[in-house]
Amino acid sequence: MSVTTAHNAKRMYRFDLTKRLVAKLHRDEAVIGGIGHSNFDLFTAGHRPQNFYMLGSMGLAIPIALGVAIAQPQRKVFALEGDGSLLMQLGCLSTVATQAPKNLIILVMDNGTYQITGGQVTPAAGGTDFVAVARGCGLTSAAWAADEADFERLVEQGLATDGPHLIGLKLDEQGPAGQTERDPAQIRDRFMRGMGVKKSKLVT
Amino acid sequence: MPDAATDAARDWPDQIYALLKEHDIRQVALVPDAGHSRLIKRCLADNDMKVATLTTEEEGIAMLFGAWLGGEKGVLLMQSSGVGNCINMLSVPISHRTPCPMIVTMRGDYGEFNPFQVPMGNATQTVLEAMGTLVKRADAPEDVAPTVNATLRLAFNTYRPTATLIGQRVIGAKTFGK
Repeated sequence: MSVTTAHNAKRMYRFDLTKRLVAKLHRDEAVIGGIGHSNFDLFTAGHRPQNFYMLGSMGLAIPIALGVAIAQPQRKVFALEGDGSLLMQLGCLSTVATQAPKNLIILVMDNGTYQITGGQVTPAAGGTDFVAVARGCGLTSAAWAADEADFERLVEQGLATDGPHLIGLKLDEQGPAGQTERDPAQIRDRFMRGMGVKKSKLVT
Repeated sequence: MPDAATDAARDWPDQIYALLKEHDIRQVALVPDAGHSRLIKRCLADNDMKVATLTTEEEGIAMLFGAWLGGEKGVLLMQSSGVGNCINMLSVPISHRTPCPMIVTMRGDYGEFNPFQVPMGNATQTVLEAMGTLVKRADAPEDVAPTVNATLRLAFNTYRPTATLIGQRVIGAKTFGK
């Protein structure tokens, strides 16, 4: 049996992976798109009421998803976080491992760069392996996706079994397929309606 | 016979806990501080509260936000030095117009012995207010509960970050045995 590592995982196209993820969601799963191109591609893949797009403050997609996952234990919650963002808040992996929400699935979108600011390499260029870091933090269900088919298998496994899970995705250099509309209050309002926690007559 | 002031001097952490229950707080995010230790013990013993000890206060601002998105109320407990750690993250409740109540135990404030605590302690209220937080102080034990109540009500009724600063005069200046 071969083992997928940070070195032999196929470098894949973020927008393609995002579309593959969304195509697997049939039970109103929540998806928290992290700052930058992670949420751009989530938005461009087609808005869902259960999508949240983080427009600012690096490193918070996973802690936000943790709060949602604790509040709604019956719903699967995905966090899409870039490698640069995760580096700002690596400690949150320990917090998640200790809280151990069964319904949380973290996707690390690792292109090795700050793509949105011009593609500068991150300080992890020396060889940080985010799946190994996650395992070291106590997230035992952490794996690199070998290729697109393996990613789909890992998403299905995440949906079907108790987590928390973490899936590492090595990305190619292609940019985002679009941009998210920038109205944070509206994004928050729509997401809360999608979560079924806001029932207001102020609809249209 | 103890009067109300001496009861408050002893019981203000229990009074905060009662307020958290009254406001149906379900998620308690914290970086520990000695001033909050009694309150933290009460929260940990409560099966209806999920207590998350954080690696940095920044996580707490995001976790409270996620809680609100998912339909639960949360509160962030921290020391004044932690306020400095999470200032940029206050953009989250401001931009999304969501509650973010913080209960802050002060250091560098009244009779502080550690010079390192003074810069951030002295700046805590100014910095929070610069980021749009409604800040109220409690400098006497009997003022803690009404001030925390105001902080919770302002957050959940008006959708913004709010903070109670519990002065070191209430907590007692730490000496580490000196």
